[in-house]
Amino acid sequence: MAKHELILLKNMTSPGYTGSLADYERAGGYQALRKTLGKIAPADVTAIVVKSGLRGRGGAGFPTGIKWGFLPKDYQGPRYLCCNADESEPGTFKDRQLIERDPHQVIEGILLACYAIGAETAYIYIRGEFALGAAILERALSEAGAAGYIGRNILGTGVNIDVWIHRGAGAYICGEETALLESLEGKRGLPRVKPPFPATHGLYGKPTVVNNVETLANLPHILNRGAEWFASIGSPPKSTGTRIFCVSGHVRRPGNYEVPMGITFRELIFEHAGGMRSDKSLKAFIPGGASAPFLTPDHLDVKMDFESVAQAGSMLGSGGVTVMEEGTSMVWATLRLMEFFYHESCGKCTPCREGSSWLVQTMRRILAKRGRREDLETLTDLCQNIAGRTVCAFGDAEVAPVMSTLKYWRHEYEDLIREAESLGLSGVPELVLPAGRY
Amino acid sequence: MRLSEKYKDQIADILSRYPVRRSALLPLLCLAQQEEGYVSEAAMKEIAGILKLTPPQVYETVTFYTMLNLKPVGKFHIQVCKSLMCALVGSDTLLGWLRAKLGIKPGETTPDRMFTLSTVECLAACGAGPMMQINDDYYEKLTEEKVDRILADLKRDGTSPLKSGPFMLPEPVNSKG
Repeated sequence: MAKHELILLKNMTSPGYTGSLADYERAGGYQALRKTLGKIAPADVTAIVVKSGLRGRGGAGFPTGIKWGFLPKDYQGPRYLCCNADESEPGTFKDRQLIERDPHQVIEGILLACYAIGAETAYIYIRGEFALGAAILERALSEAGAAGYIGRNILGTGVNIDVWIHRGAGAYICGEETALLESLEGKRGLPRVKPPFPATHGLYGKPTVVNNVETLANLPHILNRGAEWFASIGSPPKSTGTRIFCVSGHVRRPGNYEVPMGITFRELIFEHAGGMRSDKSLKAFIPGGASAPFLTPDHLDVKMDFESVAQAGSMLGSGGVTVMEEGTSMVWATLRLMEFFYHESCGKCTPCREGSSWLVQTMRRILAKRGRREDLETLTDLCQNIAGRTVCAFGDAEVAPVMSTLKYWRHEYEDLIREAESLGLSGVPELVLPAGRY
Repeated sequence: MRLSEKYKDQIADILSRYPVRRSALLPLLCLAQQEEGYVSEAAMKEIAGILKLTPPQVYETVTFYTMLNLKPVGKFHIQVCKSLMCALVGSDTLLGWLRAKLGIKPGETTPDRMFTLSTVECLAACGAGPMMQINDDYYEKLTEEKVDRILADLKRDGTSPLKSGPFMLPEPVNSKG
């Protein structure tokens, strides 16, 4: 296994590192803030981030500096930065580690982003379940405030930035940027129709940037070491830098691995994560969180950069790689994800709200050996009528597992339906628990 | 006691963080739940008054978020993650242990009102499953022995040293598992 330099996980992997302000400063923390505030013009900070090629690490992969550039230049009123710490995508657990182990790295990133976009207020929207993470961040914010990194006239530069924590209350959809803003405004987390985009009409209708935790954590390093340095890592020009991939499922060493983008899934799963946990071989993997279509062992040599994974028919998404061994029922695995999406659909758009319920019911029937031949057609039909017909990307996300398992493991669905027919139970209503929370 | 009396300073501090009062809704609902273990009708009405909202505006928000309980729960609210990633490594088995040990099904509370059992979707602990959250704490990489110890600890001390600290996975080589 090639040795890679760790950037985001470096501090926390050094022995004795506690994530305190003193530890962070000893490791070179807040130097980027000192070098940048009042010394580099905000527009130039944005230019540096554009040049670095940094793309959002939350899921969609939009270029960060370009996103900042969409904010109106001449707008006089308040602007906001929201740090998206609502990590809820099944398979993903990297932001939690960044927050709990090295909170100041995230805070420094937030301050740099605020400076670049001219925001004087930042909210960290953290999922409500992360009580420990919220407490750690709260402590880190007060340390940073006492040291003069947050608040009025930061480091004597005349720059003012307040950073507040806002805890969510258990809703996956609030990780979607416009739903996050609605939730932050004290409402149900329903996504907004875009356009207008948050860059012009965001929080309280003001220009707003929403960035993921890992995206922001990269900023101090980019400002410290330069755009060229960052752009030389990974798979330039479109997938620069490292990414933290979260490996879960049937592997020997699940966990967070920071690697340059562009290594192969084979290297990540079999070298970093120690390979399969038993003597069973790999059957399937999800390359980027529950919203990403499943891939097969034939895709193990696909490079882990935005373009290569898209070419293979899936996406890097949030960076959650879930591995399944031979013997795992793909119909069962898909149903588990469908139950997640059904439970978490916000209900705003009919295709997603009703479709997710029908997907769960049809999948449950097939798995309970009550399936009918026409069920596969129904599933395909449902997927085609959900994807692309909703306000946010949730609709596309929920059909991804179904479409991909129907493509690669259709025979598993067919076997279950054949079994139902041979038992004479095809189409017989099964006794199932009510869908959703039970 | 009314929230606005007991948490006067805290409420003022929360309100000061937002330019729009309604933004304080989730934080205030959290306070209410912290106080009573759930969000009561009286609390919703009081919060509506503080934020100048109608009670239905508060209620429609409460019903959207799964962490806000509309009815009382036990002293310890056990939430088991049942999403695919935890299911691959044994969350169904974990749920089976809890059902047997507590004698209740998901959605129920033990007669002594000590434990409520729920299943939930992804808690961002996918590499460390099977796992559960009890009140504010995460418990990860669970085995039957660990579950026994945690339940005994909670009954006896109200807390357990087996709860997760700051997350790190894979764990550093020299740390204990």
